[in-house]
Amino acid sequence: MFRPSVSVVLFSALALGSFFVGCSSSTRTVRAASIRPASDRKPAPDFALKDADGRTVHLSDYKGKVVLLDFWATWCGPCRMEIPWFIEMQRDKKDRGFEVLGVSMDDNGWEDVKPFLAEMKINYRVVIGNDQTAQIYGGVESLPTTFLIDRDGKIAVVYLGLTSKKDIQDGVEQLLQPASKVALNRVLVPAVSSGPK
Amino acid sequence: MQARIPVAVDAGYHVNSNTPSEEYLIPLKVVWTDKGALEGGEVVYPKASMEKYEFTEKPLSVFTGNFEIAANFMVGTRAAAGPGIAAGKLSYQACNRTTCFPPKSVEIAVPYQVD
Repeated sequence: MFRPSVSVVLFSALALGSFFVGCSSSTRTVRAASIRPASDRKPAPDFALKDADGRTVHLSDYKGKVVLLDFWATWCGPCRMEIPWFIEMQRDKKDRGFEVLGVSMDDNGWEDVKPFLAEMKINYRVVIGNDQTAQIYGGVESLPTTFLIDRDGKIAVVYLGLTSKKDIQDGVEQLLQPASKVALNRVLVPAVSSGPK
Repeated sequence: MQARIPVAVDAGYHVNSNTPSEEYLIPLKVVWTDKGALEGGEVVYPKASMEKYEFTEKPLSVFTGNFEIAANFMVGTRAAAGPGIAAGKLSYQACNRTTCFPPKSVEIAVPYQVD
């Protein structure tokens, strides 16, 4: 007679814990990063990705504008909280040379993203990102990750995780200020030489 | 017989439960890819907790800390004596209070011995 005796033992604890430990170092707080001085900013890597209409979007197309580049996903709660703020900023600041550009990291691509764009009435361009896009932006290990890019196409600040609306707006406003005003705020250089003649 | 899968989630993080409270959230799920000589494999998830986070209006159904997932197997009627392994995947998506991480899968293995 067949009388099986089966003992079942799981080999090892799953790797969830260690995975999270690995991510902990990149965990952000809600306190926002500051805008870097212009001299410390690095160029934002260019990319070519398709938008919802199938048109290719290059980041370099936005040179001369302040760009909020938002890496997000439909399954990301904190991302969904920020998106209405970005819709508002796009509406209110577009005429001043500001653009929001969303980079969705959804594995299912447009299948998941297009319905969401319609549901949220997103008024800015969204492209589907990939591993390569994430890689050139330093990995983008967690979402949301938001880059503010100045008019020269350089990264002025990176916000990791959910950041306050005010902090993001303040950052955008700082970058939208006319260059002369920014210069006056930062470096007080006498307009006329006061040295001996 | 029942296999128990221990899961540890670091403090400050959570994974969505197997029945997330929002449609857009990715559930924790165990799927068997190769049961070997075993049959069944019904998965029993623990009771989820409802937690409120800054980024949601309503509490979310999540797992936190240490918990166990159970899987109920039977031995196949044609099972040969000897060792074997039932293999599967645990998929999950984790967040903390401000940040979410991409969905992941980890391999799980249930070694068994049929006498």
